[in-house]
Amino acid sequence: MIRLTRRYRFSASHRLDAPGLSADENRALYGKCNNPHGHGHDYALEVSVSGPVDAESGRVADVEALDALVREQVIGPFDHHDLNTEVPAFAALVPTTENLALEIRSRLAGRWSQLFPGRGPALDRIRIQETKRNRFELLN
Amino acid sequence: MLITRRADFSASHVCRLPRLSDEENRALYGAASNPHGHGHNYVIEVTLEGDPEPETGMVFDLKRLKDVLQREVVEPMDHRFLNLEVPPFDTVVPTTENLAIEVWRRIEPHLVSPRVRLHGVRVYETEDLYVDYFGGQS
Repeated sequence: MIRLTRRYRFSASHRLDAPGLSADENRALYGKCNNPHGHGHDYALEVSVSGPVDAESGRVADVEALDALVREQVIGPFDHHDLNTEVPAFAALVPTTENLALEIRSRLAGRWSQLFPGRGPALDRIRIQETKRNRFELLN
Repeated sequence: MLITRRADFSASHVCRLPRLSDEENRALYGAASNPHGHGHNYVIEVTLEGDPEPETGMVFDLKRLKDVLQREVVEPMDHRFLNLEVPPFDTVVPTTENLAIEVWRRIEPHLVSPRVRLHGVRVYETEDLYVDYFGGQS
């Protein structure tokens, strides 16, 4: 089994505030992350693909095509933006890094078969580091 | 238990298929197809899987692993042009994928013991691009 991983970075702001909870409950639950004015992070995103190595080209995936997809679906819409107000998925969904990972997977998966038709590589893993001290990983 | 040892070397390479034109190679491999080559500071992480030997408390002697890596990978590849100087890259394109498979092929025979098996080889071509190979069908 072989897996290729590409690392990307984007910086964005967010605020964690669950609509169903009171202001006090949100403060108690999310602490500093509930600051009404929001705050930001330099996110590091790893996208991993797996699949057979093409016998001639020696590659699992076209890395430039993967870069273009991630730029279009993630870096463009997220980098230097406010996730709560500028990314439609987070209008009603709390932009925790867990939800961010799920949203990124859904954005990439939605275009995957178009980008890699036929027996292309599989989207194998998404890992996001929100700060140096935490990271979140989605395995397929 | 998994234990990992890291090594690094610097080498040049070029990714191109002889049967394709310059333009086709550029479309396939991008900047990596420049016929004069270019280089990377490659970082390799080798991970072994096994249980610590009760007396020594070690899964595998990491000095031995270091020596195997040095002899089989770092010495033959460090400060070399992979395509010209390191077989099989005279005929196999030295992509990161193929490099990970080749590192596995070179070191695996030297790491056989009843207690331990080679779990994975990771090759970083840059900080932002790496490949993991776990053996078997690639």
